[in-house]
Amino acid sequence: MSGEIYVQAHPVDHLVRADRLPHIWCPGCGLGSATACFASAMVDSGLPLDKQVVVSGIGCTGRVAGYLNVDSFHTTHGRAIPFAIGLKLANPELQVTVFSGDGDMFAIGGNHFLHAARRNVDLNVVCINNFNYGMTGGQFGPTTPLGARTTTTPHGNAEPPFNLVHVASSLGAVFVARWTVLHIRQLHRSMLRALDKRGFRFIEVLAPCPVGFGKSNDIGEGLDEMWFYRRQCVIDPETDLAQATIEMKHDSRIVLGDFVDIERPVFRPSGWEE
Amino acid sequence: MAAVPLRRPLDAETVVVPVGQVFVIPERCKGCRFCIEFCPEQVLVESDRMNAKGYRYPVVADGKERACVNCGFCRLICPEFAIYTEEIR
Ligand SMILES: Cc1ncc(C[n+]2csc(CCOP(=O)(O)OP(=O)(O)O)c2C)c(N)n1
Ligand code: SF4
Ligand code: SF4
Ligand code: SF4
Ligand SMILES: [Mg+2]
Repeated sequence: MSGEIYVQAHPVDHLVRADRLPHIWCPGCGLGSATACFASAMVDSGLPLDKQVVVSGIGCTGRVAGYLNVDSFHTTHGRAIPFAIGLKLANPELQVTVFSGDGDMFAIGGNHFLHAARRNVDLNVVCINNFNYGMTGGQFGPTTPLGARTTTTPHGNAEPPFNLVHVASSLGAVFVARWTVLHIRQLHRSMLRALDKRGFRFIEVLAPCPVGFGKSNDIGEGLDEMWFYRRQCVIDPETDLAQATIEMKHDSRIVLGDFVDIERPVFRPSGWEE
Repeated sequence: MAAVPLRRPLDAETVVVPVGQVFVIPERCKGCRFCIEFCPEQVLVESDRMNAKGYRYPVVADGKERACVNCGFCRLICPEFAIYTEEIR
């Protein structure tokens, strides 16, 4: 009986631009895991791949659109959601996924998120929250936990962060979930549920960025952050989302789950024909 | 203390646990160890050899040749599309 077998190709290579592998993401970064998981979910959803499109903004997460071998667009910083709304309205049969980072989607792009969720635009939105601006050198952003050290908060962040799942659910998003890339099976299932729904769907994915966050916050490498998730996460779909703020401290809990699954009329611009 | 009987699923006699074959693309691996540390059956260990970039990729541990249950976790978690499995039983 043999052990491993060495090969040159992977079963989802047709879904990634395999000629561009290895990708630019650092060793221990969680972005590749989230991308691999989403690529599998795209296939497993059963929707034809030529009807699935992916839009990203700018940042390390923004690179996801460029690695997936479907129609995709890497927009300007913060503008993934408005671009995606245009795509969806112009071509309603498309399954449009927005895949972007915490900074892109909630700092410069925060306003677009609020209004798309409020209107219940038919978008599948995945936000990779690594608690900082990874690409530009580890600056703090709107999801950086209170007290966390980044290159621009060397003495500890003084600003309370957004609690993304609470924001999304308070705006009426019809599907709201939070997982980490360690909880990859649950994330895969959650992505399938989201792909099977209409309306504004939001999944927050916590992912290690050892370079911009882990090392400066007593967490360490990507693998250490995965162990941190293993220790600190609890799954509680019924949790009070108002209390689900993430502290990323060694004595605080992170609540995960598929929290919201409701129906609400999907956005159509006023005056549009049926 | 009295021995507590182990809980066993009622259909444990009839369920066939799958066996998976591990496939690795060594040159893609960046050595994050996600697959090695979180494989539920602890099938994988680091290779003795390094790939061209100096990373130790996963290999099947001695004695674990039939231990993979084809759960698919390593394939989903690998950030580099460098490992997957296929059911052989
Ligand atoms: C208009 C504009 N302002 C600023 C930048 C610089 N910039 C590039 S990526 C980025 C933040 C990205 O953070 P996030 O979305 O969290 O992505 P990550 O790299 O962490 O995945 C910023 C500020 C830019 N590219 N364009
Ligand atoms: S800087 Fe952070 S987010 Fe960007 S690739 Fe490296 S680990 Fe990932
Ligand atoms: S498929 Fe599951 S059991 Fe097999 S090597 Fe991968 S993680 Fe381990
Ligand atoms: S998860 Fe992928 S990149 Fe990480 S050690 Fe395993 S094979 Fe290598
Ligand atoms: Mg970020």
